[in-house]
Amino acid sequence: MTLTIPTFSLISIGPWLTLALGAILILLVDALSKGRKTYFPYFSLAVLALAAFQTIDLWGAQSTDFARMVYVDNFAFLFYLILILGAALTILLSRPYLEEWGKDMGEYYALILFATVGMMMMAASAHMIMIFLGLEVMSIAVYVLAGFFREDARSNEAALKYLVLGAFASAFLLFGMAFLYGAAGGSLYLDELAKRLTDAATLTKPLTLLAIALLVVGFGFKVAAVPFHMWTPDVYEGAPTSITAYMAVAVKAAAFAAFARVFFLAFPAFHVNWHMLLWVLAVATMTLGNVVAIAQTNIKRMLAYSSIAHAGYILVALVAANQLGAVSILYYLLAYTLMNIGAFGVVILVARKKDSYLNIYDYSGLAYQHPGLAAGMAVFMFALAGMPPTAGFVGKFYIFSAAVQAGYIWLAILGVMNSLVSVYYYLRITVLMYMRPAEADLGPIAFTPAVTACVIATAVATVLVGIFPGWFYDLAMNSVKIFPSL
Amino acid sequence: MIQYVWLIPVFPLMGFLINGLYGKRLPKNLVGTIGAGVIGLSFALTVAIFLEFLKLPAASRPVEIVVYNWIAAGKFSVPIGFLVDPLSLIMLLVVSGVSFLIHIYSVGYMHDDPGFPRFFTYLNLFVFFMLILVGANNFLMMFVGWEGVGLCSYLLIGYWYEKQSASDAGKKAFVVNRIGDFGFLLGMFLLFWTFGTLNFREVFALAGRYPVGSGIITAATLLLFVGATGKSAQIPLYTWLPDAMEGPTPVSALIHAATMVTAGVYMVARCSALYALAPFSLTVVATIGALTAIFAATMGMAQFDIKRVLAYSTVSQLGYMFLACGVGAFVAGIFHLMTHAFFKALLFLGAGSVSHAVSGELDMRRMGGLKDHIPITYRTFLIATLAIAGIFPFAGFFSKDEILFHALVDGNYFYWGIGTVAAFITAFYMFRAVYMVFFGESRVDPHVAHHVHESPPLMTVPLMILAFLSIVGGFVGFPIIEGGHKFKEFLSPSITPVGHGGHPPVSLEIGLMAFSMAVAAIGIYTAYKLYMLRPDLPGWLAEKFRVPYDLIYNKYYVDQIYDTIVVEPIKSGSTLLWTQVDDKVVDGAVNGSASTVAWLSAHLRRLETGFLQNYALAIVLGVTLVVGYLLG
Repeated sequence: MTLTIPTFSLISIGPWLTLALGAILILLVDALSKGRKTYFPYFSLAVLALAAFQTIDLWGAQSTDFARMVYVDNFAFLFYLILILGAALTILLSRPYLEEWGKDMGEYYALILFATVGMMMMAASAHMIMIFLGLEVMSIAVYVLAGFFREDARSNEAALKYLVLGAFASAFLLFGMAFLYGAAGGSLYLDELAKRLTDAATLTKPLTLLAIALLVVGFGFKVAAVPFHMWTPDVYEGAPTSITAYMAVAVKAAAFAAFARVFFLAFPAFHVNWHMLLWVLAVATMTLGNVVAIAQTNIKRMLAYSSIAHAGYILVALVAANQLGAVSILYYLLAYTLMNIGAFGVVILVARKKDSYLNIYDYSGLAYQHPGLAAGMAVFMFALAGMPPTAGFVGKFYIFSAAVQAGYIWLAILGVMNSLVSVYYYLRITVLMYMRPAEADLGPIAFTPAVTACVIATAVATVLVGIFPGWFYDLAMNSVKIFPSL
Repeated sequence: MIQYVWLIPVFPLMGFLINGLYGKRLPKNLVGTIGAGVIGLSFALTVAIFLEFLKLPAASRPVEIVVYNWIAAGKFSVPIGFLVDPLSLIMLLVVSGVSFLIHIYSVGYMHDDPGFPRFFTYLNLFVFFMLILVGANNFLMMFVGWEGVGLCSYLLIGYWYEKQSASDAGKKAFVVNRIGDFGFLLGMFLLFWTFGTLNFREVFALAGRYPVGSGIITAATLLLFVGATGKSAQIPLYTWLPDAMEGPTPVSALIHAATMVTAGVYMVARCSALYALAPFSLTVVATIGALTAIFAATMGMAQFDIKRVLAYSTVSQLGYMFLACGVGAFVAGIFHLMTHAFFKALLFLGAGSVSHAVSGELDMRRMGGLKDHIPITYRTFLIATLAIAGIFPFAGFFSKDEILFHALVDGNYFYWGIGTVAAFITAFYMFRAVYMVFFGESRVDPHVAHHVHESPPLMTVPLMILAFLSIVGGFVGFPIIEGGHKFKEFLSPSITPVGHGGHPPVSLEIGLMAFSMAVAAIGIYTAYKLYMLRPDLPGWLAEKFRVPYDLIYNKYYVDQIYDTIVVEPIKSGSTLLWTQVDDKVVDGAVNGSASTVAWLSAHLRRLETGFLQNYALAIVLGVTLVVGYLLG
């Protein structure tokens, strides 16, 4: 028996290695040295910055590596950068919040880095098994993070629910891959699937459709699409707020990266089927998320339903399945990362003392006590609602234009209607802050430098990326060129 | 100078930022100076650009200034760009000029309000968006302004949020406008889908290739008009405007009379090239306009709140403008928009000055005999009333008469008849207001009566300037004499003409003028008879005609009807979906407040298993649906 060891270049996965090594280092230092360590957040940020530099250095490459298991292309790189941004902003939010709960521990940062590695794997996978590997690396880290406040009942509950249901959904995903393996005659390379699945279509068609359905279930769970969304409000509410923010933006981004790549590459012969399926899911997801969000009084729950709705918008772009659609996925995920982490930053600042103030009425009169903070929150709410000239507006504009371009007029109309409905609950927060007297004196808010910086930076970026979307559009356009069929 | 047109909205934006961020720490006078000053700068720049534009040779008009490319998507791009043409210049002049006067007035009017900086912050932001709306060179940027002014309107209606009625009114305006905005958006999408561009001039040029009456253009123009009915308070979406009077009076003057509510008229006139291709849409516009004009006018007859009288009159006058556009007389519509901005702003500011004098009273039944106590307010208010009633030589005479003339010549007797009846009613209820407020016995509360006083110069000077404009503003559109209609001459390049260009005999025009003057005079006399000579008559009439009176007094019960058939079902539907469909138990249990944690942990185990099973079941159901869908 001869064993061929494929040639590979570690540089191709440099960012993964950096983050993984950084995470391991944190764990080792934490275990082997005594005393309280305050430098982990800085160290993690440095590691993320290094990974970002490596990514930028790789920019422009277009190949596969590790025996065609990993794509080394701009689509993956742009996702790396969005994921790194999400992780970095989350870490900025975390320290003071964790300290409040007495949980400022090294493994928190290590787990975020590990999760980010998993996400990057998903974004770069060229093979189904890699996707599953990335998904599990990410998910296991996030399960632990969701239950990080072990003594808190809600956090526990969140972690358990996420774990059990996540495992359940992963099983479906894996099942789908297995069927696909059979249908494609023994290959799970994304680029080969397209060729193999067209050939003997009549014989394997039901099997392929079943596989597509199960893949949709698996990805749908991770992006919180209806009807696989039930876990979202509970988990988002119970998880530590910083982790909620991280889950809402980064987990969603990674899942969409894999979702988009698989469906854009692997199933050209079945595009009618999955377009129509996702059409229905997109409409259901947007509508349920927005309508139910109106009735929420807990801010984290409201943002959870809002994140369901936003997944629906991105699904619209996926259905459009054209170049602008692919670009709009990237742009929207960037915009969503900025505005949503910013909003959660404000939630962390306002909540204080172990999340005492999470009711939306706790925001009453915030503008009089803390005008700057209220202004920031107003920016995020307007952006989430898709009000011009913020990034949220431009993102929705791209998405709905893509749908119109692809001929899905009704989908665009339903999307627009949805975003009009959503204005109601986002604006309610603004109205509470600016147009209601405070329910009670909330007392001082501790403006810790890192969280404040994060909120200011995301608010400014949300507006700037909205006013100057061109540069990112060009980057995204460049990176989606890898899908020649779009 | 023209290339600096983008600075026009930037000045108010700077005011917004300064007052918004530092307003609380700055002295009041400075806040007011900044708030009004930035608008003054915008106005000055607009005037300078206007003068330069006049000197441009016709070949180099209009001018498009592109600041940079905002959203690009493939071949399609939306720039931050401004279109400088006669139409946008007139709008920019009206908006910045009237805003400037109202800002000055507000410094006096809002002087004792604790939210002074907040007020100017919102007001400046409003002007920013309004200038974007009228200056834009493409639909998307116009939409940005369109949304922005709606938001500011909402914030300013609910400015005195402590009042429940004020925040309800804000909410209503917001919801009703959403419906209109949806129409606008759909119309915009349809245009984008058809033409692949949103630039005004490109769209209009491409539209020229379509035949008259083409389905796409008709659909797009109708959808855009839905947007206009929302923003400009036309049937069936007018109900928010009367309630919007809960806002401070300068807001009513600026947003709900002079500028924002006319945005719909501006948009229709801007799209005249499209409407010219859609005769059906024009008929709809004219009919809705005419009906609104008379419907709102009748409601104005039975109101006692002076601002509500003015609100219904605004709705009615906006109906006139749409009537003009609908019969193809876009120039007349914009002309009336301009004169209306002068006299209606003046009426509102006058009403504000009156209520200032009588300690915030707005009910005309508790006014009366104020003529000699507040002479400047009285005289300016009277001038504005004469203008809106259409008495020569006040501004409203020229514009209203032009509309009626075109309604007859380009439209038909129906439009002209309705317009004339509405003009009669307008003259009647406006003079009813004048007589009730300024003449007769004083019915002012005795506690208030002894310190009735004229407003400070900061408020009266803007009144006088607006009064001056209400007198002379109409002469730019002098009819009959060849070359007298400077307004039309200037505006025509921006407008695609509809209807026959033939000149009807001058005698007809003069005859119509005399007729409408007579109609207005009869209206005024009727008011004089009822409210001066025989003050007992109105009550007797109301008794005699109880049913129609109640109908009008209760505004035809439209609000109640909307509530029953639209608002309530939606409310209960949303609640139902939430409580019954999504998660019945969870929200009650986990409302996130710390107090439920204890309760929760006790029940956690039992609840949790239930949840997990439920959720897993939901996933299985979802799997079944998805698989069934694909394989079925």
